[in-house]
Amino acid sequence: MLIRRKEFLQIGSLATASMMMPKFLKAFESGALVPPGNKVVVVLQLSGGNDGLNTVIPVRNDIYYKLRPGLSIKMDKAATLTDEVSLHPALTTFKNLYDEGNLAILNNVGYPNPDRSHFRSMDIWHSASKSNEYWNTGWIGRYLDAQCSGCDKPTQALEVDDVLSLALKGETANAIAVKDPRRLYGTSNEKFFKQVMKNHGPDHHDEEPVEYLYKTMAQTLSSADYIFKQSRLHPTGATYPNTGLGNGFKTIASLIYSDINTKVYYISLGSFDTHVGQGAQQERLFTQMNDAVKAFTDDLKKNGRMSDVLLFTFSEFGRRVAQNASNGTDHGTANNMFLISGGLKQKGVLNAMPDLADLSDGDLKYNVDFKDVYATILKNWLNADAGKILGGHYNTLGFV
Amino acid sequence: MEISNQLKNQHLIWRAGFGPAVEQLGNLPEYKPEKFYKALVKASAKEPQYINVASDHLIDLYEQRQNAGKRKNLDEMQRREINRMQQAAVRTLNLHWLKEMVTTPAQLREKMAFFWHGHFASRNGNIFYNQLLLHVFRKYGLSDFGTLLKQVSRSASMLYFLNNQQNRKGRPNENFAREVMELFTMGRGNYTEKDVKEAARAFTGWTANGKGEFVFRENFHDNGEKEVLGKTGNFNGDDVLDIILENKQTAKFITQKIYTFFVNDKMDDAIVSRLADQFYNNKYDIAALMETIFTSDWFYDPKNIGVRIKSPVELLAGIQRMIPMKLENDYALFNMQKILGQQLLYPPNVAGWSGGRSWIDSSTLMMRLRIPQMFNDKDELNVAPKQDDDIMMGRKTDGTAAVPAKAQAPKKVYGAVAAKINWSGNISQYEKIKKEQLLDAIKNNLLQVSASKVQEVVSRNIDTSSREAYIKSATVQLMSTPEYQMC
Repeated sequence: MLIRRKEFLQIGSLATASMMMPKFLKAFESGALVPPGNKVVVVLQLSGGNDGLNTVIPVRNDIYYKLRPGLSIKMDKAATLTDEVSLHPALTTFKNLYDEGNLAILNNVGYPNPDRSHFRSMDIWHSASKSNEYWNTGWIGRYLDAQCSGCDKPTQALEVDDVLSLALKGETANAIAVKDPRRLYGTSNEKFFKQVMKNHGPDHHDEEPVEYLYKTMAQTLSSADYIFKQSRLHPTGATYPNTGLGNGFKTIASLIYSDINTKVYYISLGSFDTHVGQGAQQERLFTQMNDAVKAFTDDLKKNGRMSDVLLFTFSEFGRRVAQNASNGTDHGTANNMFLISGGLKQKGVLNAMPDLADLSDGDLKYNVDFKDVYATILKNWLNADAGKILGGHYNTLGFV
Repeated sequence: MEISNQLKNQHLIWRAGFGPAVEQLGNLPEYKPEKFYKALVKASAKEPQYINVASDHLIDLYEQRQNAGKRKNLDEMQRREINRMQQAAVRTLNLHWLKEMVTTPAQLREKMAFFWHGHFASRNGNIFYNQLLLHVFRKYGLSDFGTLLKQVSRSASMLYFLNNQQNRKGRPNENFAREVMELFTMGRGNYTEKDVKEAARAFTGWTANGKGEFVFRENFHDNGEKEVLGKTGNFNGDDVLDIILENKQTAKFITQKIYTFFVNDKMDDAIVSRLADQFYNNKYDIAALMETIFTSDWFYDPKNIGVRIKSPVELLAGIQRMIPMKLENDYALFNMQKILGQQLLYPPNVAGWSGGRSWIDSSTLMMRLRIPQMFNDKDELNVAPKQDDDIMMGRKTDGTAAVPAKAQAPKKVYGAVAAKINWSGNISQYEKIKKEQLLDAIKNNLLQVSASKVQEVVSRNIDTSSREAYIKSATVQLMSTPEYQMC
């Protein structure tokens, strides 16, 4: 394998730096870099409860139009996928991805005994617990526990945000949240913190509780360095929309092109909590999502990496079938998910659209457990032990 | 190793309160901890003032909404205004309570209320329900656990949070009954699914009205015979709570939780078992239990000092007690709670905050280390909290739709914290101390763990331009260390 000069220098400088590092940090430094071609997952969280019925639209369903006199989207306005199914008009890129065979839609995803509180339902999706269990670790965090046992930098999963979500907190390892690699570097690089860290020195008794903080601090500083340097290795030259999501996807693309060992990227958009005036709010959010995903997938295709990346969307719940009096919708239950990749084994609309004639108190009934989706991704895409990470056996689906 | 009275008293005030206040510093070496604890108890004995932050305008609109005759006079705008005002009022209540933790001499009372708030964790958008439940924690936090449990179980906040208004004869909702057993009293594994189902039947008809008063709806109540924890009878909700209290497992479970919160998350089984016996035999007297803990020699054992990671609220309150300040942007404190993962009145779920190491990840740790600098106005709050749709319902604080704007430089968005720190207390406390002992003295006041290495770094970075600058920079830097996160 040819080592590019820049990367060679990179490895060289890491080697020098490692001489000054505490013992527990060194283990990773000698580890092999992840070779390109490796599969990664990008999770796009639609916060606030996205209205799935106005996302993937049942354009031939009279009940849909009857229950949403002011909110339903007419067939001629929507982006047609099949005879029965169209997408929200702002999701033109998603239609193109569908036409190319790079998109799959999974309908009626949810879990038993759904909770309608945003926070609680998001907790359930993040932790992958049952709705009567309270777990304080997340499914990606537990994936990280397995990947980063004894490693110095928990960079196998990254959240593009200032604050880390429960989904990325593990039992023994936590992922890193970073909105702008330069800024995490800038913050962590503050002279004082580095001095504190350096002066603390290596080889302390791990049992002392304060050592846990020093260990986290060391991981943060060393991850910050690593992520920053990686992000500058092969920064994407493509143009992305100047939105939070656009910049986030740009960061993710640059890291995918680097040699970083990250397997899961996590980013959020919201708020989709459209109780009032849903039309305009959802459209503005979808426009941002559509433009950012377009830039990202175009970029991946250009660089021949579309088959290495699996991007999926989810929301903590869908919304009620009937609209409310404020041209909005209230909290519901089951919802659809988009799965985007050049490596899909099943494409298009994967299962039946929701049955609007068979509702539970006005809400959709789920028939795909979201934990089956996680299990599929963990097992088939990331080659991980899904049963161990999810704490139980779930079905694997066929989309990857 | 001989432990100084100062360190012991600091240990006590960090655990039984929110850390030493600057004006207490002079007293710390003087008294024995027993005496300090007595003073804490005395200061906390008075019944707390009810906290009301709702404006007359909100109260008026809310009352109209409760009244069937007047409700129709409210238009859509006013209904939305009520919701918005309630959201704002819950934030105000959060900040008001945090301020109380910082300023009140009744430290023990507020610390107990804070503990019970995490134990009986409820999230509710209704400001009036929040105020009522908070008052229960502050008023009954040191009474007996049975009274506290019954007060909480009759609170609108908890009954609604756990869906008991839907718990009716023939159509039970078991949520409330389950959490009472699993999280509030006995803990998992000490009751059966059948106990939950039967207890839920006993709680049918328990609900609350719009004012937040407990209401028993007799026509929804299941009057049949129930079998709960081996006892059979035509039980109502109070009977079930009494049966649960009679079960010694409840005393054990609560004592374990109190020990892990106030003493050490590594439990000493022998001590906990003795405490649980005492708690049970004293009819769940909380004040007596706390006195035993805080006046026992083992509490002051080095293995219990400086081993607890401060919760975000303890950290934020503790800093402000040591360096009193006025914040122009009060909202910054709310955002900091959110970024650090502990917002008063918004626990993550009914199980409360898990605490300990779960407070710490790369973002929260770096934020913790930067906060003293932010208060000192040398650093910007350029970190955005996550949105919370349970509170904001897809809106921004101004009521417009929450859609991200075009990307901007982050610091422009969140701005400086703009705190005006009053350093006079600190400066006068150190007046008599010689310069060469100054850094030691400041460190001893601030840290509960030994920190010779971090002290070296501080000594290199200290601002020696004046005595005042020296005290300020040493304080802020020592607070910006991993060691300061421990208590």
